[in-house]
Amino acid sequence: MNGLFANENGRFSPRLSLRLRYGRLFQLLSLAAVTLGLIVLSVLILDIILDGYKWLRPEFFSQFPSRFPEKSGLRSALQGSLWMISLTALMAFPIGVGAAIYLEEYASDNWLTRFIEINIANLAGVPSIIYGLLGLGLFVRGLELGRSVLAGSMTMALLVLPILIVSGREAIRAVPQSLRHASLALGATKWQTIQNHVLPYAMPGILTGTILAMSRAIGETAPLITIGALTYIRFDLKGPLDLFTVLPIQIFNWVSLPKAEFQQLAAAGIIVLLAVLLSLNALAIVLRNKLQIRW
Amino acid sequence: MNESQRVLSTVLRPRADHDRREKIIRAVLLLFSAVSIFTTLGIIAVLLQETILFFREVSIVEFFTETRWTPLFASKKFGVLPLVNGTVLVAAGAMFIALPLGLLAAIYLSEYASDRARKLLKPALEVLAGVPTVVYGYFALTFVTPLLQKIWPQTQAFNALSASIVMGFMILPLVASLSEDAMSAVPQSLRQAAYALGATRLEVTLRTVVPAALSGISAAFILAISRAIGETMIVAIAAGQQPKLTLNPLQSIETMTAYIVQVSLGDTPQQSIAYKTIFAVGMLLFVMTLVMNLISNWMTRRYREVYE
Amino acid sequence: MLQNHEIALSVNNLNVYYGGFHALEDISLEIPARQITAIIGPSGCGKSTFLRCFNRMNDLVPSARVQGQVLFYGQNIYDPKINPVEVRRHIGMVFQKPNPFPKSIYENVAYGARINGYKGDMDELVERSLRAAALWDEVKDNLKKSALALSGGQQQRLCIARAIAVEPQVILMDEPASALDPIATLKIEELMQELKKDYTIVIVTHNMQQAARASDYTAMMMLSKEGSRAGTVIEYDRTDAIFTRPKDKRTEDYVTGRFG
Repeated sequence: MNGLFANENGRFSPRLSLRLRYGRLFQLLSLAAVTLGLIVLSVLILDIILDGYKWLRPEFFSQFPSRFPEKSGLRSALQGSLWMISLTALMAFPIGVGAAIYLEEYASDNWLTRFIEINIANLAGVPSIIYGLLGLGLFVRGLELGRSVLAGSMTMALLVLPILIVSGREAIRAVPQSLRHASLALGATKWQTIQNHVLPYAMPGILTGTILAMSRAIGETAPLITIGALTYIRFDLKGPLDLFTVLPIQIFNWVSLPKAEFQQLAAAGIIVLLAVLLSLNALAIVLRNKLQIRW
Repeated sequence: MNESQRVLSTVLRPRADHDRREKIIRAVLLLFSAVSIFTTLGIIAVLLQETILFFREVSIVEFFTETRWTPLFASKKFGVLPLVNGTVLVAAGAMFIALPLGLLAAIYLSEYASDRARKLLKPALEVLAGVPTVVYGYFALTFVTPLLQKIWPQTQAFNALSASIVMGFMILPLVASLSEDAMSAVPQSLRQAAYALGATRLEVTLRTVVPAALSGISAAFILAISRAIGETMIVAIAAGQQPKLTLNPLQSIETMTAYIVQVSLGDTPQQSIAYKTIFAVGMLLFVMTLVMNLISNWMTRRYREVYE
Repeated sequence: MLQNHEIALSVNNLNVYYGGFHALEDISLEIPARQITAIIGPSGCGKSTFLRCFNRMNDLVPSARVQGQVLFYGQNIYDPKINPVEVRRHIGMVFQKPNPFPKSIYENVAYGARINGYKGDMDELVERSLRAAALWDEVKDNLKKSALALSGGQQQRLCIARAIAVEPQVILMDEPASALDPIATLKIEELMQELKKDYTIVIVTHNMQQAARASDYTAMMMLSKEGSRAGTVIEYDRTDAIFTRPKDKRTEDYVTGRFG
């Protein structure tokens, strides 16, 4: 391509066509990286559906686990997951939103605030199994809650708290300053302003973050294994102090059994787990869109 | 007290109530924020307490120099090195996939993709990060390992490699997303300066954008390593329960996290030494990941300071 | 009016669109070689857009569409055979705000030469470029220092040195002194007078005195008609003519300060 410009002076050899060819090659390479990730995702989902779809019968949802694959089901796991997620939300939501309000609306820029912020940032990176050890030492042994669904939920609440606080703060930060000023100028107190104006405005964003945090909690396995959630429960869950199991633990249990049918049951369980997560994410998207319409 | 003063005092009295209420609310909210501090303190206290008890029975020298880890057997050896070896082996393999592919994906999303493609591809890629780890464990054990056994027949049923590969793809979106954030923070004026000198898009990317985003990209890499070290379910399902010093990824190994799961699944009495080992191993894991997270956060703050 | 000069760039019926928005309307003019041509006009009339047509920087805006010709010594730079990357090496650019790379002073100057396969002595090229940009004496002992540590005026001269190092024929300057103090501005203007011995310079400015002081030719841009948002060149002449006896009433209003 050199020479199209008559005044190329010869002190440079730009070799432009070669450089452009490298460029196209690299673009293909980087596109391939994205594509490869998506291919792995598709293969994973396809593999699991093919392995497990035959086991998705009504009994699969109503039976307790069993030594016999065809008599096994998700009953106790579904109950456990539902209990665990409700209790987790009940504890984590007020604390997480409260902390987000404090950090956005009240906190002044001092060492305590910075210390809290550093703590939250680091807790977000602590491996989930460490939370399990915390729950084991603090809730199961320390508070003597045993291997109960309450102990599991408290552990899980601490685990999702950083996610809730970060998303809550983002939602509150997005509330226009003019709204606060308008309320304060009418003689409202700070808390009245927050309660009546800031929180309603930020609520769709806060709920979206909460749902995403809950979908993280539903998929978590390691911390619940560590606090000693059981894998083989053949009774209905009646109260917060009962022993429990959850979906991913039941799946883990089936994966570790040598019989091929149990592996297929695991795949069927995964289909259910992914369907729950997908619905939750769809709900989050709907909420986010609702937020755009309202404001 | 005259009439107007009385009126004024009744008007002002609720304000005093308000003030007290405001103060209480503020204190409660501060307490909620402080839960994060209590959590950190709780983690350290719980880990420390059992770790100290552990080191009353086992010498710290043995813990870090002994090359066998057999606390569940009759002849007990407490050398953590095989577990660290397994952890590092799997994490290194995962990084072999996640770092180059993640960076390339970030480059594609930040420098090549159209706005519309980016809006479609980025969430699609992030679905990978939202899949529960137990699902990846299943995939590693029942899909990837049989595939590996076709290529290398000596591959064991539980092996480090399949866990590494699957973990690599799980962490890819994290690397891609954080690196893309760092590259998007590079000012457009730097790209224009490079283009105006006759640089191709590739040269703008590799010689201007990536170097300028380096501290943010490094932060993403370190966070990815930390995530790989702390990952539990994939290795618990697919990598095995045989702590050994090996660099052969086709063999069964055991990571620190998988060991904690192994003990937790068994009926281990609270007073037993095996129970204490999981806290000692957990302490080591916590310190390793904490150091990396602190470095990563510090580097992220640094690139934000430069460009924001 | 340009009969005594070699023509470096010649623009024929240039139109620019951003999506559906008509940004530049039907511009034709010729830029003399080794002279300084100023582009003036009120803000928002497309001066920068016009300047960016000369080195095809508008190609980086996905929605931009350019119609018409820009001939560079007779070669149409919008010819489909021509890659914009090649154009930009021959037609350099200095931006409104100094934008040095976050690297050393030396690496900033060497960057363009490296990617374009410079075959000579790099140290010598860096020194020559820095001297030409009147920066050498201030930085010769600190070539390894970060470019970001320089003052704004020094950074802008570094950006000029960086542009010179790839040995372009034309240097485009987009309000190069607007972010600088008066003393740094004066230095850049003096530098331009030096540079015009070797380079064709096209400068966008909204500083009337700067155009009058520093340029040989001036193109006056305005929105093409009332209510339109498309800019065009309404008058183009020797700078002294534009400022002393403008032919267009709108030019007269603008240069005498009765406009915008």
